[in-house]
Amino acid sequence: MSEAVATAHSFDAASAHDHSHADEKPGFFARWFMSTNHKDIGTLYLIFAILAGIIGGAISGVMRLELADPGIQYLPWLAESLHGAAANAQAAEVQGLHMWNVLITAHGLIIVFFMVMPAMIGGFGNWFVPIMIGAPDMAFPRMNNVSFWLLVPAFLLLLGSGFVTGGSGPGAGTGWTVYAPLSTSGSVGPAVDMAILSLHLAGASSILGAINFITTIFNMRAPGMTLHKMPLFVWSILVTAFLLLLALPVLAAAITMLLTDRNFGTTFFDPAGGGDPVLYQHLFWFFGHPEVYIMILPGFGIVSQIIATFSKKPVFGYLGMAYAMVAIGVVGFVVWAHHMFTVGMDVNTKMYFTAATMVIAVPTGIKIFSWIATMWGGSLSFKTPMMWSLGFIFMFTVGGVTGVLLANGGIDNYMHDTYYVVAHFHYVLSLGAVFSLFAGFTYWFPKMSGRHLSEALGQMHFWVFFIGVNVLFFPQHFLGLQGMPRRIPDYPSNYAYWNEISSYGYLIMAAGMVIFFVNVAYAFMAGRKAEDSPWGEGATTLEWTLSSPPPYHQFETLPKIN
Amino acid sequence: MITLKPSLFAFAAAALSVTASAQTAAPAPVAPSPAVEQAAGPIAPVDLPTISPSPAMDPVASTTSIGTSAPLAEIGQPINKRLGLQPQVTPTGQQAEWMHNAILMPVMVGISLLVLGLMVFVSARFRRKANPVASKTTHNTIIEVVWTLLPVLILVVIAVPSISLLAAQFTPAPKDAVTLKAIGYQWNWGYEYPDHGISEFTSNMLPEQASVASGTRFRNDADGPRLLAVDNRVVLPVNTPIRLLTTGSDVIHAWAIPAFWIKMDAIPGRINETSFTVEKTGVYYGQCSELCGIKHSAMPIAVEVVSKEDFAKWVRAKGGKMPGDADAAATAPVTPAVTVAPIPATSAAPVAATK
Repeated sequence: MSEAVATAHSFDAASAHDHSHADEKPGFFARWFMSTNHKDIGTLYLIFAILAGIIGGAISGVMRLELADPGIQYLPWLAESLHGAAANAQAAEVQGLHMWNVLITAHGLIIVFFMVMPAMIGGFGNWFVPIMIGAPDMAFPRMNNVSFWLLVPAFLLLLGSGFVTGGSGPGAGTGWTVYAPLSTSGSVGPAVDMAILSLHLAGASSILGAINFITTIFNMRAPGMTLHKMPLFVWSILVTAFLLLLALPVLAAAITMLLTDRNFGTTFFDPAGGGDPVLYQHLFWFFGHPEVYIMILPGFGIVSQIIATFSKKPVFGYLGMAYAMVAIGVVGFVVWAHHMFTVGMDVNTKMYFTAATMVIAVPTGIKIFSWIATMWGGSLSFKTPMMWSLGFIFMFTVGGVTGVLLANGGIDNYMHDTYYVVAHFHYVLSLGAVFSLFAGFTYWFPKMSGRHLSEALGQMHFWVFFIGVNVLFFPQHFLGLQGMPRRIPDYPSNYAYWNEISSYGYLIMAAGMVIFFVNVAYAFMAGRKAEDSPWGEGATTLEWTLSSPPPYHQFETLPKIN
Repeated sequence: MITLKPSLFAFAAAALSVTASAQTAAPAPVAPSPAVEQAAGPIAPVDLPTISPSPAMDPVASTTSIGTSAPLAEIGQPINKRLGLQPQVTPTGQQAEWMHNAILMPVMVGISLLVLGLMVFVSARFRRKANPVASKTTHNTIIEVVWTLLPVLILVVIAVPSISLLAAQFTPAPKDAVTLKAIGYQWNWGYEYPDHGISEFTSNMLPEQASVASGTRFRNDADGPRLLAVDNRVVLPVNTPIRLLTTGSDVIHAWAIPAFWIKMDAIPGRINETSFTVEKTGVYYGQCSELCGIKHSAMPIAVEVVSKEDFAKWVRAKGGKMPGDADAAATAPVTPAVTVAPIPATSAAPVAATK
């Protein structure tokens, strides 16, 4: 691994002594609303992501509640309590069914755009990329602030879209993929327009962030911090930033075309005017597939740091690890149509996308085995962040192998749009990306806050959450194998058994989340003060050479890296 | 048999315009597409078929009970608590099932257990108490090459049957295949047998007794499970190649039968084609598999596969003709088809009469 061992604590000591200058903080409003400090902006992102995560997670709770038993139980009631009583029983039923589509749409969009991405890139990226490369801040501090503050109206637009009409009822009920023509002629009313504008703002926010990260990483590394010495987390953010920069404009184009199809009489996706609904899918997934790597690559970076730290051993095969991420990023751009295996593709196209998709398993396998090799011969301690990382490796492997299955175009005819796919992408995201978020949070919390979380509560949180999400998502493989379609609020009674178990899993998972919030509250109220480097000698990256929390401005004298 | 072209034309026309073009499509030997009447709007409630006036209207249909048999217990529908795939009744389905069970599952379970085993071993062997001093090893070229090439080999082992499965699935149906057209609507399916002169009929989900007014047809156990049973099933002959064409009239739907290993999107403005051969008689259920609006969960697909003789009887009862029936078709059975054709899909009364 990078072995970015700072030569001297001298610069650190210097800045610590020079408190008056380095820790001079602006007033509350200027500090949090007009921030140009990467750490403060990172904190804002993390708070934002936690709030969005609570909302997105609560929505999935409503979904699991409805799916716990066959039949429609709670949706009409929920729709009525949000939007007022319906005219008659039939209208109430329609409203309830539309509510379902709004919930699945909101859950997907919120978790992807307002929870995982802000936490990974905006939160941990902002906090630790400058520190890890020995830079005082991001390259464009004020643009950094714009990135964050674009997210807030984006999120409000998305939430607000739930209260204006979207066709059959209030809210955008198109699925997070916003497929035309359901999202154009099939959803009359401003809700989908609001959701599209929300995605535009969130996308602009991410593009600005990506520009900022790329510029920072290329230009602001401390002397001696060559690209091949950068910590893997920085590598992961660099690759992610390139993916964002190349993928998001395509999404912006696609949803702009949706917008003009909806409002200005164009027919990009309308066969009546020579357009094609499948074109939208190609554009969407050209963005959408890199997007899934955008969500998981920073997680790879986080896990790499943590495994090395708690093994007291540098990462095994550092260059292989870095370039595996580059390879995943590159190949990730040429596999998009495996999300569309049933649209009626040509056989050769289907064979190509089958083969190309399977290729991604190779760099992913390199990463999995390199993590295990990092632990091999190490001196392992199983603190909370390490537990999350170990959980990540195994759960990501399980999600990865089902991904190899789904890569086969001929097999996917059966699995496409069933719960098997739902199980697969929740294993790589809910048990992959989210595990790495908790890993990063528990790993860097002492650094960010200056307080220790409770180790006992942390372990409890891990185990309850781990059991919960497995009970929640593993049975969904069985539902998919029996053919249960996704995105349905009611299902034939023979899917009842595994659905009920899955819903119990949600309850266990939710209990785990309660422990998490108790733990965070405990840390702020009574948590032990954190040392500069609480995880011991295995933690070799630059953030551990600073105080906990770091000074308001770090590295006023640049560190030198051997 | 009718060639594909005129029907393609009719479909394209129906999909391209929701107003007048169905009339222009009329010369084609298919009925005007109900897309026209169907396009009332996304919230238009689906009228459910009624039993009452039907038997009188279609005397031919009442003579056949083909297409109404009770489903098999273990095949063609999901089973509660089941872990694996639905049993496959098509050759391509069986090939895919074999690939899933014999190649992919062992590979997936093997890799997962390998990783789990390594992690458990490493965690036990190299825990801090057992191994207080960490090694400094960061490279081992041989092992890195091995864990790059080994996955490549595994992927090749998967890719070979995968490619041949795709090739099998894309083998076009022979000329004498039975052509079935499925048209997705919000929220029901329309079916057409263009080669047999059976014009489009609508297949609606059957409601539960508790949720319908008296006099309206509701589901019973012979129809099939809740949310899967329909009023008018697709009837197909056993051991006969089927050419499936799908299209959508409003938004994208997907026609899927897990037991056939078939899933094909029904996209406005496009006609997708695939083929399959069912080797076992019985009733097979599937569900719309592309989010299509509020009643996405309420537009099931039910296919009854019958003997070739029964299929011929059913075709004639439906007012169609079998390929050898040239003479008969010229005279008598045209009339019922004509009466059926112009009826809007949403008020499926005459179609329901066949039941």
